[in-house]
Amino acid sequence: MASGNLGLTYGGQEKTPSLSGETEFAAEAGAPGGLFHADYKRHDDLKQMLDSSKDSLKLEAMKRIIGMVAKGRDASDLFPAVVKNVVSKNIEVKKLVYVYLVRYAEEQQDLALLSISTFQRALKDPNQLIRASALRVLSSIRVPVIVPIMMLAIRDSVSDMSPYVRKTAAHAIPKLYDLDPEQKDELVMVIERLLSDQTTLVVGSAVMAFEQVCPERTDLIHKNFRKLCAVLVDVEEWGQVIIIGMLTRYARTQFTDPNINGTSYSQKDKPFYEDSEEDDEKSKQRESLALDPDHRLLLRNTKPLLQSRNSSVVMAVAQLYHHLAPKEDVAVVTRALIRLLRSHREVQTVVLNSIASMSVNRKDMFEPFLKNFFVRNTDATQIKLLKLEILTNLANESNITFILREFQTYISSQDRDLVAATIQAIGRCAAGIKEVTDTCLSGLIALLSNSDELVVAESVVVIKKLLQTQQGSHGDIVGQMARLVNRITVPQARAAILWLVGEHCEKKRVSKMAPDVLRFMARSFANEQDVVKLQILNLAAKLCLSNPKQTKVLCQYVFSLAKYDQNYDIRDRVRFLRHLIFPSTEQAVLAKYAKKIFLASKPPPVIESVFKDRDEFQLGSLSHYLNSRVVGYMDLPSFPAVAPDSSVRDVESPRPTIPITSVPGNSTGTSSKGKKKETFYSESSSEDEERNEDSGSSDSKSDSSSETESGSADSDSDASASDEDDDDDSINISQQNIVRLSPSLSPSPPTHRLTRSLVIQSSSESQYSSNSSDSDSSISDTPEKASPRMPLAVPKSNLDLLLDLDVSDSVTTPVMASIPGIPLASLANTSNSDSSIQPASAVYISTRPMELVSSVSSGCSLQILYRYTRSVNLYSASMVTIELTLINTGNEDLAEIKIANKNLPVGISMHEFTTLSSLPAGATRLVTLGIDFGDSTQTVSCDLVASGRPIRVNFRPSVGELIRPVTCTEGVFINEQGKLKGMNEHSFPITNLSELGDVKNISTKLFRAANMASINSSEQNTLRFAGQTLSSKSLVLVTILIGTNPKLTVCCEKMIIGSMLLAELKEALKN
Amino acid sequence: MIHSLFVINHSGDVFMEKHWRSIIPRTVMDYFFEAQRQVVKDNKGHEDVPCVIATPHHYLISIYHNSLYFVAVCMSEVPPLFVIEFLHTVVDILEKYFSECNESNIKEHYVVVYELLDEVLDNGYPLATEPNILQELIKPPNIIGNLINTVTGKSNVSSVLPSGQLSNVPWRRADVKYTNNEAYFDIVEEVDAIIDKTGSTVFAEIAGKIECCVRLSGTPDLTLSFINPRLMDDVSLHPCVRLKRWENERILSFVPPDGSFCLMTYHVGCQSAVAIPIYIRHNFFLPKENSQSQTGKIEITVGPRQTMGRVVENLQLSIPMPKFVLNCTVTVNQGRATFDPVTKILLWDVGKIDPTKLPNMRGQIHIQSGAVILQSTPSVNVQFTLSQTAISGLKVHRLDMFGENYKPFKGVKYLTKAGNFQIRM
Repeated sequence: MASGNLGLTYGGQEKTPSLSGETEFAAEAGAPGGLFHADYKRHDDLKQMLDSSKDSLKLEAMKRIIGMVAKGRDASDLFPAVVKNVVSKNIEVKKLVYVYLVRYAEEQQDLALLSISTFQRALKDPNQLIRASALRVLSSIRVPVIVPIMMLAIRDSVSDMSPYVRKTAAHAIPKLYDLDPEQKDELVMVIERLLSDQTTLVVGSAVMAFEQVCPERTDLIHKNFRKLCAVLVDVEEWGQVIIIGMLTRYARTQFTDPNINGTSYSQKDKPFYEDSEEDDEKSKQRESLALDPDHRLLLRNTKPLLQSRNSSVVMAVAQLYHHLAPKEDVAVVTRALIRLLRSHREVQTVVLNSIASMSVNRKDMFEPFLKNFFVRNTDATQIKLLKLEILTNLANESNITFILREFQTYISSQDRDLVAATIQAIGRCAAGIKEVTDTCLSGLIALLSNSDELVVAESVVVIKKLLQTQQGSHGDIVGQMARLVNRITVPQARAAILWLVGEHCEKKRVSKMAPDVLRFMARSFANEQDVVKLQILNLAAKLCLSNPKQTKVLCQYVFSLAKYDQNYDIRDRVRFLRHLIFPSTEQAVLAKYAKKIFLASKPPPVIESVFKDRDEFQLGSLSHYLNSRVVGYMDLPSFPAVAPDSSVRDVESPRPTIPITSVPGNSTGTSSKGKKKETFYSESSSEDEERNEDSGSSDSKSDSSSETESGSADSDSDASASDEDDDDDSINISQQNIVRLSPSLSPSPPTHRLTRSLVIQSSSESQYSSNSSDSDSSISDTPEKASPRMPLAVPKSNLDLLLDLDVSDSVTTPVMASIPGIPLASLANTSNSDSSIQPASAVYISTRPMELVSSVSSGCSLQILYRYTRSVNLYSASMVTIELTLINTGNEDLAEIKIANKNLPVGISMHEFTTLSSLPAGATRLVTLGIDFGDSTQTVSCDLVASGRPIRVNFRPSVGELIRPVTCTEGVFINEQGKLKGMNEHSFPITNLSELGDVKNISTKLFRAANMASINSSEQNTLRFAGQTLSSKSLVLVTILIGTNPKLTVCCEKMIIGSMLLAELKEALKN
Repeated sequence: MIHSLFVINHSGDVFMEKHWRSIIPRTVMDYFFEAQRQVVKDNKGHEDVPCVIATPHHYLISIYHNSLYFVAVCMSEVPPLFVIEFLHTVVDILEKYFSECNESNIKEHYVVVYELLDEVLDNGYPLATEPNILQELIKPPNIIGNLINTVTGKSNVSSVLPSGQLSNVPWRRADVKYTNNEAYFDIVEEVDAIIDKTGSTVFAEIAGKIECCVRLSGTPDLTLSFINPRLMDDVSLHPCVRLKRWENERILSFVPPDGSFCLMTYHVGCQSAVAIPIYIRHNFFLPKENSQSQTGKIEITVGPRQTMGRVVENLQLSIPMPKFVLNCTVTVNQGRATFDPVTKILLWDVGKIDPTKLPNMRGQIHIQSGAVILQSTPSVNVQFTLSQTAISGLKVHRLDMFGENYKPFKGVKYLTKAGNFQIRM
């Protein structure tokens, strides 16, 4: 009932006319003033439904939202309400939320980050579908800050047990690459691994990723070439297309041209080809012997795919044969291509396009199927024209009569385009085949008396072309055509006639008519099209040269008409002609040669297929279809003269292809395990991964239930909390939530405190001790092994840390200690209190107090100044020490000054000063206050009561004060900084370096703004500063690069702190 | 690969859009509409909208189905057939789900369609397109299912990965159970022909397909053999068919998908002369160009030719008249003839041919006054069926089932239809 009601209101606000008259009325009534109001309200009810506890209501709301998304309406303002439901238990709600998220995450990046931890958790789910869909959504959210998380997720999923998850990982690779092309090197390694995957399910997607990310890395294919050929038949259809496309390019770089030995496959040297027919058998053998065995393997294994039901697979094989096969073998694809002509119209168009291109050079392939290209009246025009093109390409002496008879029926077709194209085609046949030229020409002339003007016009144009190619006198034909000039209105045809008349104006029969033609044209000059006008000028010029007596005046008349024409081309032309034919000065050199220039014999036009030049593009590609280079088109490399070493494709032992069974656990599991030994990773970090994997698969089973439950409880509370301030400010929510998520890192369980302190005692000063030796001793890297790999290993461990975020988020109890899979190292890292990082004393302490409450505003003559002492608070190390200077500026004594009514937000505590019994007039007292801001910059308000009168005071610290300085060696600094990449890193280019002054000045400015310590730097252009947040003890690392690209970088595990500190430092450096 | 999909209805509204990568604004469709307008201006049908349109930054690849355009937007090199084939696959899937892929069905099931689209492509690259897998992931909507879902609170989205996605038989869903196990095979042959004015055959060809409806429990393994497989010249096979066995023994051996599907299509070689089951005697002329009369004449008689002893049924002749024809007044001795003045098609629904009394149509063609008469000759598109026979003579030998213990009910049906059958007048 509730949903019905809501549905009604929703319907009313929809823009489409509603069936219910009542709601329509309501919408109209609210239209003038309440338009925005209505819009606002529309989403209000959806929000309510999303916030409800009933899954059915949520589902209903999500369905309507997805409906809006599908229709292309903007539903982005519902983002905060929707994103909360990402944790929903209901699988359909969840799915729809995913769909929504992928659509809008890009626009609402901050809020989208809230959902990340859910996906991270889902990535460890025992259900492969959930793992895969989490990876899919995570990788589809186009938010740059999650690049490291994506990278880690992909790398983990690549070694997942489930081939479906691995497939999804392959799909995620191009997404990540689009988002951040800098990850390419790492992605290539992942792709390499996927390419060696044994399951057919994965291979297609792996090759797809390869094609998108690193198509130039043919070296990755060598080892997999034979395997790809072998499994090709079993790969799903779409994968087949991609693989064949890739293998075509690969083969072009690895094998030699099969048609190289004397027989070029263009059919120009047809006689030669026919001669060689007899020893065809022999040459065939010789050639196939010369073929590289791998080349033959490729051809042999792709051939069965010609029987695929999927037209794009057939086309892919056809193009492979076209580009790679010895020319005798190409014909095997013909049948399959012809079969596609029975498919959908769109398929026909594309296939015919390719056939048209192939038929230019491979007539014999399609000649037996000539009849399949006969035009039907039900074909679309485009298809008709393509068929006509193919028929023309295939025409030769033996079949020309047959084709011409067919053409004849097309001329009486109702389709005007077809008629026009047919006449053109006849012209081409006539020009190409000498035997029929005369027949065609007389046929075309017969068409000149056709009742259809279009036919006549088209014939004129074609005849003109034909006459040009023919030697000899065509006086009668031209004369006959000249008579048509009055009847034909089609500009191109008129232009063609005029040109012909001009060209043949010295011929016997034409010379008499020509001046008359010009006279007619001069009369209608003004109304002609531009093409015709140009030809009139041409004719006038030619006649004036050959027959000046009769036409000179006429010519001048036409020229002066053209002089004032609207079209500048025509004005230009006439200016040029005038100076040639009627030279104004004596020195006109060119004018002497005017006759030679105009009446020179012109080279005949070459009438040939428009598909002739398409060879440069790969058959069946979009570029080929459009005959223009499309973005992302890769040229097919030409065959190498000498084949590269074929032994690169040898695999040590031919691995049997293991078919995937429906039980993924046993066979694939073991195979992936076994495989791991030989992959690239096994050397550097496979142990690491294995450890993760174990924790992911085996342990999650044991504690997944508790984990998910507590997880959902957590997020539920999140949701409800953010509901309260839902209306205020969405950014606010996001910040709070992120903050709320992150503190869970800090309170590490007591047990770990213990182990950590033990480690601190036992470990030496070695800078690597923290991240290796305190984890399992069995898997620790030895220092010499770890040190050269530092740049590679560091980001990895950092990402571990990110991933573990949600684990520690959901399990904050000591339970975690019992999970063996969680590396201790990462836990130790979260708290960052390594032996090598020591607290330091503040470098700069402000001595000038600032005013907190003036005596005027306090209302009781009490002035309060404050100052950050930057000293460790005695009560708690996590508190900021604030020194208050209380000054009684009045004449009366103030009694009992104390803090009262402190209404502190969650996570913030305050240590107040002891109550002052009295403050005499004119006296000054110093008191200290400790506030634990909980690493947030929330304003802390409290009342300071003086003589029973409350004065409101607000403390809002700058981030720089929430830090305390620490020192460490440079190595540790760089090491730690390496872990804080991606989301945790904020940087900003410094623009005003010159104004900053020297290094010392910069340091001073920084020390003033933030309570940090300087780290000795061995590099001259780099300043390093370290600090630690007071309550969570997270490291804050600041690097200032001075040099060519001055840059300020702040790394902090707490993104909010980091970004705010960056903003503050930016300000500080500016001043 | 494919960035976005827009679905456009007959009146040119984009009523559905789906983006698999970054969002592409709807305005890109203006190029498509421009092309569409151009086609309308040129007096062409919807079929003539170019299927690939290049715009400055995008490439629009479209298919036309059931008065809907499915337009895929691509941004970089991609085999056009890949996209076209994919779009047709989407249409097929939607037809499997909603029995007909039309605007109202899509609108009614927005959410299901959207979920499906989300599943078929990932980042513009096909992920799961097998209907059997999809049907397990997302249940097709039906009334009873909806009722159950409302009562039990279950959703129609699966929470576990269909096993087919992982197995070597991705086309078959797992745990199929039927009380009645049955397998039906329809062998449908289509005659394509062009017959010229004089009645002689210019071109004729037979193309066949085997449509199956298999409802068998478990994982049956079927073999289908023919008496005369040599007739089949060129075949395309469903992925479930074992290629090796076909090549070596000409036997179709396969684990079928559940439900209905097309097992194979084949082509009967040109060398055997195709029996043309009907003939037409026609008499058609338009008034001469300069004559005063505004009427032409038409007369058609149809008769059976080589029908293999069967009756020609569902005979239908459609004659697209030239544009300048105003109306046709015809009388028929059988069936019903109508002229649509908008599409200018004269449609004669004949029905069965009775050899004793041949169907005949005669009448007049009225020309628009003042129109230029072009001597163009229409051609007749013929539809007919011959039931219980495959005109090529193809016969199924036997169907065997392995792998399961029950006895299925088997059936084979033959049908011959006119495919693209044209008679030029």
